[in-house]
Amino acid sequence: MTVEADVVVVGGGLHGCSAALHLARRGRRVVLLERRHIGRHSSGINAGGVRTMGRHPAEIGLSLAGLELWRGIADLVGDDCGFHAAGQVRVAETEAELAKMAARAAMVRGLGFTHEEVIDRAELRRLVPAIAPHCVGALIVRDDGAADPYRTTAAFGRRAAALGVDIREGEGLVALVRGGDAWTVVGQQGRYRAPVVVNAAGAWAADVAAMVGEAVDLRVRASMMMVTERVPRFLDPVIGSVGRKLSFKQTDQGTVVIGGGQQGKADRLAETTRIDFRNLARSAEAATALFPAMRGVRLVRSWCGIEAETSDQIPIIGWSRVAPGLIHSFGYSGHGFQLGPIVGSVVADLATRGSTNLPVDGLSIARFARAA
Amino acid sequence: MSESFDLVVVGAGPAGLAAATEAAGLGLSAVVIDEQPEPGGQIYRAVERAARGVAGDALGEDYRHGAGVVAAFRASGAVYRPGLQVWQVEQEGEVLASDGESTTSFVGKRVLIAVGAMERPVPIPGWTLPGVMGVGAAQVMLKASGIVPAGDTWVAGSGPLPLLYLAQVAAAGGRIAGYIDTTPPGNRWTAAAHLGGALRNFPYVRKGLALRAHLKGSGIPVEAADAVAATGDGKVERVRWRVGGQWKEAPCDLLLLHEGVVPNAHVTMAVGCAHDWDDRQRCFRPHLDAWGHTDIGPIMVAGDCGGIEGARAAEVRGRLAALATAAGVGRITAEERDRRAQPLRRELGRHLPIRAFLDTLFAPRRDLLSPADDVVVCRCEAITAKKVRDAVAIGAVGPNQTKAFIRSGMGPCQGRLCGLTVTEVIAEATGKTPGEVGFFRIRPPLKPLTIGELATVTPAG
Repeated sequence: MTVEADVVVVGGGLHGCSAALHLARRGRRVVLLERRHIGRHSSGINAGGVRTMGRHPAEIGLSLAGLELWRGIADLVGDDCGFHAAGQVRVAETEAELAKMAARAAMVRGLGFTHEEVIDRAELRRLVPAIAPHCVGALIVRDDGAADPYRTTAAFGRRAAALGVDIREGEGLVALVRGGDAWTVVGQQGRYRAPVVVNAAGAWAADVAAMVGEAVDLRVRASMMMVTERVPRFLDPVIGSVGRKLSFKQTDQGTVVIGGGQQGKADRLAETTRIDFRNLARSAEAATALFPAMRGVRLVRSWCGIEAETSDQIPIIGWSRVAPGLIHSFGYSGHGFQLGPIVGSVVADLATRGSTNLPVDGLSIARFARAA
Repeated sequence: MSESFDLVVVGAGPAGLAAATEAAGLGLSAVVIDEQPEPGGQIYRAVERAARGVAGDALGEDYRHGAGVVAAFRASGAVYRPGLQVWQVEQEGEVLASDGESTTSFVGKRVLIAVGAMERPVPIPGWTLPGVMGVGAAQVMLKASGIVPAGDTWVAGSGPLPLLYLAQVAAAGGRIAGYIDTTPPGNRWTAAAHLGGALRNFPYVRKGLALRAHLKGSGIPVEAADAVAATGDGKVERVRWRVGGQWKEAPCDLLLLHEGVVPNAHVTMAVGCAHDWDDRQRCFRPHLDAWGHTDIGPIMVAGDCGGIEGARAAEVRGRLAALATAAGVGRITAEERDRRAQPLRRELGRHLPIRAFLDTLFAPRRDLLSPADDVVVCRCEAITAKKVRDAVAIGAVGPNQTKAFIRSGMGPCQGRLCGLTVTEVIAEATGKTPGEVGFFRIRPPLKPLTIGELATVTPAG
């Protein structure tokens, strides 16, 4: 028996759940297919950064609109998702790095945005007393922050289900067949029919695109994270670095989560990842350079998730350029978590009205066609 | 720093020592890495010192056999690196080990995981109170330091180890207030079906009967019970046990628990080896062939971490793995390997038949596997069985989701102490088998190491 729906969403990560949630809020019948379980890969285990700072100009407007949704996240999904707006700070260790951040802030102001700000050594020490003394200042967005990634993804999934989304975990996609004005979506367990399909398949999104004959240059990332034992509270904002790969924050539990994009080993077909400790050691090096007191703190656990990376490091959001009724939302390249809540709304706009007023110019897959 | 060998062995118990000894005898380069300062593993802890002293007599004949295993290893020419904690094993055969300050890399054409068994967690009310510990841990103190407990010490549990420990404490001049035997009476009848196999292992049976006889003659009160609890304010003060629906209690300064041992499968799980659920021993064990190969090329397993078979069988498994390594690296032919393996397989055949009997006789009680709601399951994060059940009720389909929902298994022990219990609780709540539910995905490192030490790990080459 074929299940009829208005929209079939492929992928139960944050972006798929958010799209399903926004569509359900607008009264659409949605089926969500997830091969494993909600939040299994990157969505559940990323650094949880809610960051508007430092984004590609094409993402800034969307990201700022997203921050508004984060501020009311409990109203949207019935859970505060562990979101704290304690700020994001990108630390400069030299005057040259600080000058680079000043230029960045000026560029952003030139685009008409005022959220990024440069702070000096004294303000940095006031906000981050544990920072190494050689650090000279930072770029900051004071109302950025962080949330709990798994809790967030699960909350979006739960609220979507409560609003009537038919979430099918353990259901993988086998084929997409366009017939008349609808897609027949063939799953491992069942068949579904809907005029619109959303491709939110993360690291496997290129496989979905390939089913309709659309080639995408997508690589795989497996950014490593690690968490320490609990230590007394010493840090509120999320710390990044201008010159090093680092993301560094203390959780509500007192543990310290360290990431920043050092890569593990990913096996996309097996859906598994492995830690590369020689790379992870570089994250440890970065953490101890900025926070010397971390040297004696014990690492308890490390992990990495698989996600997609585009050739220009910004996501693909919008209509397929070859298949009618197919909406892409993938390729977040290591910074898609903050965008999850708002892009679901973009997808719902596209699926229900055909277009959106949210700023997604420059993120369509068509940009690659032009380049070719 | 990187050192290369034909065979890198993790663990200096009987399996690891026998493997390295055999490998060295075959002309292979071999190293044994172990976290203890002396060879022997848990079973032969401090055997070189103890075999010469009074404790050696108290600990018995088996323990003296261990002295021979260690002596053969010492004479073998294999490299011995004590005092190192292995914190990562790579699928390609690299082992990273820490001395607490810096990390050394050992690269093996084969890596033999021989990390033995661990005591099955005993989640009873009050098991997290100070003064409650495992019989195995207490026995290690006896072996390593000759320490016998003072004050009112109660032993509660099931299996051969409590009986052995009672005899060893008595021989060392210690006193035990009482033994609470939790072996379900029904187990005797189901185990009787395996008596034939047991009798083929007559020396084991004789030892067991001797320990029982010793207990009877010792004057130690023996209480049969179907439930045990510890109570106290800040530490254990009283032990309680239930007989025929009635609770009894006694003053208690130290409560030693034991409900059997399970494979320490943490390393093989972290490496990513395939595991099977062992329904009789209620545990996961790595999927192995007859030589100890896992499904991952260079990674091999010998001894109790591959399934509980006992110390003597572990030695044989270690030697078989060494033979397979020698053939695998081209030192001997496959025919030579098979020829040398024949007597080993016959010996293995003498050690194994009793296992079905022991496993059935000492099968753990249902309420230990999946304890009552108010009992703490995850000690690190103080998570009760009820919280795990609640997480299942709101959609956690397996152990890895309960981690995210309630942090069970997220503490420094990495789920070593709660993993099997969480699996059993979820299995019961969802009506699945433990094998279907699976185990925590083990995230490296195997042992906590400081961020400062990790920062010193240098790129390969």
